[in-house]
Amino acid sequence: MAQGELCNRKKVDTLEHLQALLNDTNGKKYYEEMNALDVDTELLWNTIRKTLKEKARIRTWLEICAHCGMCADSCFLYLANNRDPEQVPSYKIQSTLGELVKRKGQVDNAFMQMVMDTAWSKCTCCNRCGTYCPFGIDMGIMFSYVRGLCFQQGFVPWEMKIGSGMHRVFRAQMDVTTEDWVDTCEWMAEEYEEDYPGLVIPIEKVGADIMYTVNAREPKHYPEDLAEAAVLFHIAGEDWTVPKEGWEETSLAMFAGDWEACKLQVESVYDAMRRLKAKRMVVTECGHAYRATVVEGPYWAGLKSGQTPIPSFHYVEWVAEALRTGKLKIDPAKKIKEPVTLQDSCNYIRNAGLADYTREIMSYIAEDFREMSPCREHNFCCGGGGGFNGIGRYRKQRNIGLTVKRDQILATGAKLVIAPCHNCWDAIRDLEEEFEIGIRWSFLKPLLLKMVIIPDHMKPPEE
Amino acid sequence: MDIYQFVTGPLAWASFAVFFVGVIVRVALYVRGLDWQLDRVAYTEFKVLGIKGAIRSIVCWLLPFGTRSWRYYPFFTLIFFTFHIGLLFTPVFLEAHNILMKERFGFGIWTISGATADFLTLSVMVAAVFLVLRRIALPEVRILTKAYDYLVLAIAVAPFLTGYLAAHHIGHYQFWLIAHIVAGEIMLVAIPFTKLSHFVLFFMSRMQIGMDFGIKRGGAKNKKGMAW
Ligand code: SF4
Ligand code: SF4
Ligand code: SF4
Repeated sequence: MAQGELCNRKKVDTLEHLQALLNDTNGKKYYEEMNALDVDTELLWNTIRKTLKEKARIRTWLEICAHCGMCADSCFLYLANNRDPEQVPSYKIQSTLGELVKRKGQVDNAFMQMVMDTAWSKCTCCNRCGTYCPFGIDMGIMFSYVRGLCFQQGFVPWEMKIGSGMHRVFRAQMDVTTEDWVDTCEWMAEEYEEDYPGLVIPIEKVGADIMYTVNAREPKHYPEDLAEAAVLFHIAGEDWTVPKEGWEETSLAMFAGDWEACKLQVESVYDAMRRLKAKRMVVTECGHAYRATVVEGPYWAGLKSGQTPIPSFHYVEWVAEALRTGKLKIDPAKKIKEPVTLQDSCNYIRNAGLADYTREIMSYIAEDFREMSPCREHNFCCGGGGGFNGIGRYRKQRNIGLTVKRDQILATGAKLVIAPCHNCWDAIRDLEEEFEIGIRWSFLKPLLLKMVIIPDHMKPPEE
Repeated sequence: MDIYQFVTGPLAWASFAVFFVGVIVRVALYVRGLDWQLDRVAYTEFKVLGIKGAIRSIVCWLLPFGTRSWRYYPFFTLIFFTFHIGLLFTPVFLEAHNILMKERFGFGIWTISGATADFLTLSVMVAAVFLVLRRIALPEVRILTKAYDYLVLAIAVAPFLTGYLAAHHIGHYQFWLIAHIVAGEIMLVAIPFTKLSHFVLFFMSRMQIGMDFGIKRGGAKNKKGMAW
């Protein structure tokens, strides 16, 4: 069966393979080869049959969908595309997965490319439609299943193939090695030590209260984020540590539908949990990372409890707790005075129930907090979810997707948007670049750092 | 045996049997097909959270305007509930049906008046007309609609139309009566094998997604449970 050199069904398990993909600028050759990639229909049908045909949930969903269209308005992509009927969630799944089942996997290259385009550019797996369907039919869940089928067949966007390969080779979404990580921790501790005497980033300390884990983009591109986390833990007097290995929370493999790599990735974190025996884990401000490692991860790893080896918390939970218990105190004069709004990350709001924690934080730090409408569990995806941000092929579609959030933000009148999630943060940054509506956006950490009261003994000695 | 005896005798028994067995099998298969790892829901580890989530999910959606989605589409919600309430209540509480039951099994249940029955029957039919119009008028529903959707709707409405004609002696009574009985039997048999299986699978799917959202997703750390 014809497979390309770069675009194929092989998994990226070596640095050479990864490098070859990276060398192919914009995936030009990769997508050319995709046009000649054969569909392994037997494998496809066997996979569908094994999982879907015998299992109740998805099969029932496909069968009982009443074609009522109540899911239409729930999807931000439907709204952003002028209510294009082809963007109705139920239509998107019936015309892809539904057809695959109906045709018993007997489909061709063009069909698979259509499925790929639909799975990655017409759904961010935000799960909003699932909460609006009377039957609870969840297109987000089904599309992540479809992504798995596409991945297995090699019909996967170039960036996603690279992303999952990164996890396979580096156990991180970027090429951050153990040495890079340790160096960054040490470097950041040194950089900030002058301003915050006694500041350290303890690596691989056994038995700490908190094991902190991050998004690989932080050590790679925004090391200050790591420093800010360290400073806040330091001020809060936390006994914390970071693992030497297993520090990466994110999962581009989840976006890619590479379930095997998802398992490898979360197991590296779970190993760290077992090794370091911390009381709990705290994750950085990242939505999909939390979803991958805490909400879905235990199932990939085969943990029957559905729980991570030690209790795990999103950063907003830790911040809310620190403010509530007085570990962090806010200087009232420095609270945010201007109107400010908050982006609810689907991944830890609708998909983990943390809406109250972010509101609690707002009550401590903002004087004029304005909700978007709708919000909390009913929020719209910002447009950057499910890998949408990073795929060049779908840049245009992504930008259209941003418009719903743009209008929501404009309606609040706020110029500052708090986005405690990497993907949302990126999407809002791009939104400003694209539409220039004059907003600023921020993670929680830098805002908190500006407002928090630093105890005298932690201040640097006067010159 | 004349045709009336046949459709009310062996055919009725057969269709009730298919209906009951079919429905039970569908429920059993659904439950058996649940897979904690594939569905990524720890069903058995968090029974209490799961049951809470399941009940919340079913109850909210059974109440007209009980969810944000119902409130978002008020007109459709009205049609939808009218249609389904009529569909379920009328045959069960109809006096004529209960008289039949008394004759055969020696017991009946609480019944509704003829006027109420007429009202419900007409409501079902009017609602069905609106459902069809909606399918044709709205692009987002039109794109989803297949001939099968109309067929299923026709199967559900036929017993009402024929029943109404028979009860009011419009046209040939004997003909409409038999047509009514056969239509009812077709519906019973169709339930396990068509989309009409949502009659029970609604509860299964809602229960399952309720457990999903109760155990690990939006309802897990939210004290009030999932905000449907
Ligand atoms: S709301 Fe549910 S039942 Fe209705 S069309 Fe959408 S997926 Fe199907
Ligand atoms: S999961 Fe989100 S993006 Fe995907 S179809 Fe549903 S509402 Fe749209
Ligand atoms: S990018 Fe943000 S808003 Fe969009 S799906 Fe992900 S978490 Fe939700």
